[in-house]
Parts: sequence; structure tokens; C-alpha cells
Amino acid sequence: MKSSSPLAPRRRKTARAAMVVIAMSALVALAGCASATQSTSAASGTFKPVTQDNSSTITVWADSTRLPAVQAYQKANPSVKMNIVTYDGSADGSTYLQTKVRLFDQTGKGWPDVVFASPTDVTWASQPTSPSAQAFAAPVDTLVSKSTIDNFATGSLSACQYNGHTYCLRNDIAQVVLWYNKTLMDQFGYTVPTTWEQYEALGAKVAQEHPGYLLGAVGDTNSQESYFWSSQCPAFSLTGTNKLRTALSDPNCTRMATLLDTMIANKTISTQGFFSADFAKTSGDKVLMANGPSWYGQYLFNSAFKTPAGQIAAANPLTWDGESKAATGNVGGGVWMVSSHSKNLKAATAVTEWLTTSDANQGSAPTYPAYAPAAKTWLANPANTSYFADDVSGPFQTAANEIWTGWSNTKFSDATAWSSVVLPGLTAGKTLTSLLPEWQAAIVDEGKAVGYTVTTK
Amino acid sequence: MTELKSGGRDTSLAATKSVRRRDSSRRRAGLAGYAFVSGYVVFLAAFGIFPTLYAFYLALTNDHGQFVGLGQFAKVIQDFRFAPAFANILIYLVMWLVVLVVLTVVVAVILRSRIKPGLSAVFRFLFYIPGALAGVASVLVWLFMLAPGLSPVGGLLNAMGFTQFAQVIAPGNLPVIFVLIAFWTGAGGWIVVMYGALNNIPDEILEAARMDGAGPWKSAWHIQIPMIRKWIAYMTILAFAAGTQLFVEPQRLQSASLGRLDPTWSPNQLAYVLAFQFGDFNGAAAVSIFLLLIGLVGAGILVTRSGLFKVDGE
Repeated sequence: MKSSSPLAPRRRKTARAAMVVIAMSALVALAGCASATQSTSAASGTFKPVTQDNSSTITVWADSTRLPAVQAYQKANPSVKMNIVTYDGSADGSTYLQTKVRLFDQTGKGWPDVVFASPTDVTWASQPTSPSAQAFAAPVDTLVSKSTIDNFATGSLSACQYNGHTYCLRNDIAQVVLWYNKTLMDQFGYTVPTTWEQYEALGAKVAQEHPGYLLGAVGDTNSQESYFWSSQCPAFSLTGTNKLRTALSDPNCTRMATLLDTMIANKTISTQGFFSADFAKTSGDKVLMANGPSWYGQYLFNSAFKTPAGQIAAANPLTWDGESKAATGNVGGGVWMVSSHSKNLKAATAVTEWLTTSDANQGSAPTYPAYAPAAKTWLANPANTSYFADDVSGPFQTAANEIWTGWSNTKFSDATAWSSVVLPGLTAGKTLTSLLPEWQAAIVDEGKAVGYTVTTK
Repeated sequence: MTELKSGGRDTSLAATKSVRRRDSSRRRAGLAGYAFVSGYVVFLAAFGIFPTLYAFYLALTNDHGQFVGLGQFAKVIQDFRFAPAFANILIYLVMWLVVLVVLTVVVAVILRSRIKPGLSAVFRFLFYIPGALAGVASVLVWLFMLAPGLSPVGGLLNAMGFTQFAQVIAPGNLPVIFVLIAFWTGAGGWIVVMYGALNNIPDEILEAARMDGAGPWKSAWHIQIPMIRKWIAYMTILAFAAGTQLFVEPQRLQSASLGRLDPTWSPNQLAYVLAFQFGDFNGAAAVSIFLLLIGLVGAGILVTRSGLFKVDGE
């Protein structure tokens, strides 16, 4: 503004205001120059390995739980040069691995060859982080035999699969089964339900005859995976590249909400979490039944509730009347990925295969193996099953092959909206049915924020 | 206060001369002053000004380093978590500042004028103790206090209708809980400061007020509180700035309650999630600039309205 002529104070003020307006609008106009949204990368092209050197050192990142397994491999194969690093294993929503890979992509070096990670990590690792970068995870289906891939429990690799390739091998699965206290059930004279309708009817009976006893709890941060996933509710359903369907008004969602509301009302299902602060102390010995993952046996009943050995048993996942095929949920489970930047894919693949599929490692793993032949060995190992009142092999194996694949591994956690929107509502006394729209709205918001096109129909 | 101290401002030439002499001596001392502040200035530049400028740079560009104008600001405003986070912090700030100003001043006045000096010192010490606990530790204390099954005041919580921790931390109660934590840890220090400010008031003034028939409350309202107005403004500015940056309390409560809190309850948490979960450092920088602007505007209003930086005798 060339207003050098002496202006009256008021005019000067007006001129200044005009200048501010012009400057602001210039900024706003400039805002159109480049997009403020984060770059989303195009679908990954074909995988091109770097020049290989079969004698080079491989770096393996593992969490502390899987560290002994990696060390055991090194001991058994001293000729393989390995650099073993412990990190948080992406537990509890950590984004350490993602942040590091972002940095390695920037500097063009430093990637580990093999990593233990959470299924959520595969959502970004299977895509390039920037247009110039290569996706971190190598498509392992090009590295291992087809029979190896096929031997993984049905659906357990779905979290690894993008654009027709498999980007990880699953370490363990957490198939949902129906846990029950056999001693109490026998004492009360109840039969174990096989359908959700029978489960609901048993709830009404327990409420009458043994008030205070529980058939489940929905207050944990992963309860939605035990119940709504098992009900085949399309809450987190990826229908295409970056297309998310979240339709909580679907009958598969409302039937579970109605059932749970009934059982919450007659107090046979708790709105508290099994893992909440004082649950074990106040109600741990009142749990007659729990629909939950395979690790509930050791980690919930044995460690948290301290239920004596020989009382707890597992049954097949529940079905719905009129549905021939049962479906069940999955609560957790880790994966192993091979880096696409590895100079020694041969050694990296070998260790990954050994970690995920070998009886030597998986037979005594802390959690249920995703690789079916290794799972057989795991079940045959008394250390894993002697705590239970009955043989859990049947239900574990059945459930492992019944995990519903319609609950996708999304770029955001399926726990946030459930924990911060639905659970406080339940605590305030609202019904699940009335909270479904709020839950859906929260998922839609989260989905859009990470770049999905979201449909609710 | 102003009138009292600047009584001889416009008198004789001699006085003016003496003022001038004082001015020039002050200027000479200035060189040493620069030396003394230089260390601080270096750190301020490195850890205060440079990061702020870097935040501005990030907020005006995208992840390719291209200039996007106000695009990042527009983007974060439209984010579904933006409005709730700022609404939460606004409710919290209003409650926190009112509680802080009213209670610390009242308590300080009572400790100064209505309680025997020895007892007053004991109370001031007691009030100050919680402030010595670091942020995270004080949150842990409150996690115990708020869990009905563990709390020493569990009976009181039960009487209020809370039987589970999850009920206590219902979304509607959160601002109150954070105000409780902040007051418990922060107010003690401010009570001591306010007490010190009240000590600065010459006894003659209070004596004169008493002679004129002012009771303790009247002299508190008309003499003491107006005379420590600047300290109150100072406290408000600092508490306002600290309050907008609320982070540790909701973050700890979020993990302790196994996710029952919105992970982006406060704007600072939103910035954290944007940066470290979604890798959106540019958006996070835009959120931080919003916080900076709010802090600056708030401080600006308080400074000009209270005459905080007006030096006596000018």
C-alpha cells in the first residue's frame, strides 16, 4: 500500500484494516496452492528386492516376550549373523516402529530385516510411506511356499493381506471361545449353551436362581471383539482400497446389542471390565462364563482371578439359531514382517518361518499359534493345557478356523470409540442399542480422519 | 499505591536532576545486565523462540514442505476432535481460574489477618506440600482417591452415588476432577505468594483503614485485594497458560482407566495424537499455534487491564 500521503487518523485506520483484510485473503488464496492434507501413497507396485548378500547380518526387532524365541534361533543356527534388538513390539498402540520406519525411509537406510509387530502395523507397512519410498513389508507370499501360507488357520492371515499379497506371517491368534467354570456349572446343574439364544435363556435362569453370578462382561477395551465380532457385525469392514463400511444398524449388530442389553438388565453381564481395577477382587469368583479369547484361560482365570486348576473349561463358539456356520471373534495376536529393504532375504525369511511355524518354537509359545500344525503341537504340550478341567483342543481348533473375516484390520484402533464413547455411556446407564448410533458416528469420524471413504449402509 | 510512592514526582528541578542521575547510572549498569541476561537469552532462543518459529514453519507448510498458507489451520479446525478438545479446555479453564483466584486470595487474606502468625505458617506449609509432588505422582495419588474401592474417602464417594471408578470418571465429571488435581497441587504455592504480597502492604495503611472504621472484611475488599491486584493478575496469567496446556492429567487418567477417556480430551493431547500417531506434525503444529495465540490474547488482556507491567513512578 503506497499511502504515503498524510491521511486523517480515521482514514489511516481504515487503510490499515483494508491492508489486513487483503493480507488475510492473500493467505487464504495461497492456501489453495498446495494441499494441507497428508500425502496418501498410491497402491504399492511390484516388489523389487535390493541386491542380495546371503552372508550379511540380519537385524531382528522383537518384543521382550518373543526375545527368548529369537535368541533360541540364534543358538540353534550360530552360522547366521544376527543383530537382535528388543523394542516395545508395538504393544498398547505404540507407534514406535511406524515412527522409526518413517525416519529410515527419509534417510534411506537403517531398516531392521525382521520385526515382530501388531496387525495394525501391517496397514501402513504394506503401503509406501511416501511416493518415493518402497513399502516396508515385503510380500512374504513371494518368499515362502504356498503350502506354508495355506497351513495358517483360516482367516488368521487376513490382517496381513492387501492387494492380493500377504505382507506378514501371524505369530499367534486369539480366537474367541466360550469359557465356563465347569465346577460351578455342574454344581448348579446347567448345561453349556451352544447358541446365543440358549446363552440368553441361561442368563434369565441364573438371574433368578443364582443372582450375582456372571455370564460375561462388556466393560473391557476389547469386549467389542468378543461380542460384536462374533456376531458378524459390520463395524470395521474394509470393502475396497480405502473404503470402510461401518453399519451398526445392521441386524447382525442390533441382535447382539439387544441380547447384551437384556443380560445387562438382569445383571448376568457386567458393564465393568474383567480387567478393571477391582473386578478380580469383588467378582472374580462369580464368573460362571466368559465369551472371550483363547488367552483368557491362562491370563484371566489363572493369573487374574486365581481360579484353582481343574475348574475352567472351554466350549465351541456360540452360533445363532438358523445359522449353519458359526463365526467368532479374535482379540489380539502379533505378526512377523520381513523388510522389503533386506539385503539377506534368505536368512530373514528363514528366521521368520522358524518363529511362526516351527514346532520347536511355537509348541511352547506363550500364546496359541496361528500356524495350524504348530497349534496341534502346542495343544499336545501339557504345560499349555493342564490347568483346564477338560480338553480345550476341540474348541480351540474349531474356533481358530471360524474367525469371521469381515472385521477388518483398519488404520485406526477398533478400541478407541468403544472405550471412550460406548463404555462411559453404559456406565451412565444407557443401553447398548441406544449407543449404537453414537458408536457408529465415532467410527465414521475416526475413519474419515485417516483417509477412508466411509459408508454406513 | 501509585500515589503514595510517586508523591514527589513533579516537584523541583533538583528532583528531576536526581532522577536523571539515577537514569544514567542505570544505563551504565545495563552492560553488566546484558551479560547477566545473555545466558538466558541464548537458551530462550534455542528452546523457546526457535521451536516457536519452527512450529510456525510447520503450520504453514505440508509434509512435502510446500507452503499451504492457512490450510493446516483450516484442516485442524475441521477435524472432528478439534471443537470438543477446545470446548473441554475452555470449561476447565473457567472453572480452574475462578476457583484458583477466589480461594487462594480468600485463604491468603484469612491466613494474613485472621490467624495467629505461628499457626498461619503451619497452614502455609501444609498447603504447599502437595505442590512438591511432581505432576505424574500427583495424578497417581488422585487415581487412588477417586477409586471407590481403594479411596480413603470411599464412603464419601459411595454417598455421592459412585461405586465404580468408571462412574467417577464419567465425561461430565472430568473438568471437576482436573480442577481438583490442579488446585491440590498448584494452589498451595500461590497461597504462599499471595501471603507474601499481602505482607508488602504497609501496616500504616491497614491501621488507617481500621481507624476509619473498616472491619476486617471491608479492609480486605477495599484495601488488601486492590493492592495485590497485580499479583492476582500475574497468577491468573501463569495459571491460564499452564491450564491451556493440560496434558499429563488426562493422559494418565486415560491409560489408567483403560481408555475410557477420549484420547484427545485436551488440545495438547490432540496435538500429540496428530503428531505421534498419525505422523501429522504440520497439523499438530497448527494446533499448538492456536494454543499460543489463545495464551497470548489472554495474557495481553490481563496485562493491559491490570497494568501489570506499569512501573511505579512512570
